[in-house]
Amino acid sequence: MEVVKKAFYKSVPVMAGYVILGIGFGILMDNAGYGVLWSFAMALFIYAGSMQYVGISLLTGPASIITTALTTFMVNARHLFYSISMVDRYKDAGKYKPYLIFGLTDETYSLLSVDDEPELSADGGSRISADGGSGATADDLNKYRFFVTLFDHSYWVTGCVLGSLVGSFLPFSTEGIEFSMTALFIASYTEQWLKTRDHVPALTGLFGTLICLIIFGSDRFLIPAMVLITAVLTVLRSRLERNSSPDAKTAADRSAVEAPAVSEIDSGKEAVR
Amino acid sequence: MTGDIYSAVLVAVMAAVTILLRFLPFFIFSKETPPYIAYLGKVLPTAIIGMLVIYCLRATDLTAAPFGVPELLASLTVVLMQIWKRNSVLSILAGTVVYMVIIQMLV
Repeated sequence: MEVVKKAFYKSVPVMAGYVILGIGFGILMDNAGYGVLWSFAMALFIYAGSMQYVGISLLTGPASIITTALTTFMVNARHLFYSISMVDRYKDAGKYKPYLIFGLTDETYSLLSVDDEPELSADGGSRISADGGSGATADDLNKYRFFVTLFDHSYWVTGCVLGSLVGSFLPFSTEGIEFSMTALFIASYTEQWLKTRDHVPALTGLFGTLICLIIFGSDRFLIPAMVLITAVLTVLRSRLERNSSPDAKTAADRSAVEAPAVSEIDSGKEAVR
Repeated sequence: MTGDIYSAVLVAVMAAVTILLRFLPFFIFSKETPPYIAYLGKVLPTAIIGMLVIYCLRATDLTAAPFGVPELLASLTVVLMQIWKRNSVLSILAGTVVYMVIIQMLV
């Protein structure tokens, strides 16, 4: 199946990262006393790396339901914006649409939101089409996206389950492995910094949150931080929009949103967009 | 087994909210994305990552040994590694290893 093969190749860069991070999550869950079934369920139904890591602290707290809901909202709010920018692209996805939307993680988003999807023609050949590949093989395109999403999801589930199984049997102490989550975000932050010219959003996020941490304490600072960040970025909107470069979008992409590709993991070198 | 049931409830809440966040825009914005929302879509994700960095480091105690030094060194490792190789997996591995080694050496 040509479509499945192409989808697989596309997803390979994600494989190493998702498996490694998934293993890290599985190990931490095991350390916290939650077995394979828990890791599997979270990987399957939540399917959000950073949120799953945060979720371990929520589970061991245990946190209240309200705190869990709000924290999930805040940690995963950026997924709102990934989805917003894919509304147009997924509008004709038919039966694939629910799963495509469900699987819109940082990494899958960065794979599928770029206009380099292969044009899948009936004779099995393919060309990279600059306009996102519309035409007679629309269903093939959606099938391709479906399988990319599916492969990514399976790598993640595999990693989480593996980590959970292997966690107790490692020959070295895993003390301190929870830092992998911190490292994940620092790596993403650094990559974002290197890729953009306007650092105001990045600095707003970092220092706005730091200020709220100092004022409100480590138990209550997330909500004020979100409010502060949104308020500051709203106030600075005209200044920031004036300074930003015009969207370099191709003609077929009618959505005016270009969310920065906040990849949780990049298994290879950063692609130049 | 109330503990297990409660944990299951929390997992369900996490899943439900995440699913809601991913699906909502497809119901609300069928075509026109308000410019303000589009703008937030550009700037908010980066800011949230900054928020998450602080969130992860929130429990670091700077007033008692080891005064946040392991976190500092490990974080620096991640940053430098990322600048050098532009590969997140490598950076995460390097930083985590540094942190684990320092922490385990201090015990």
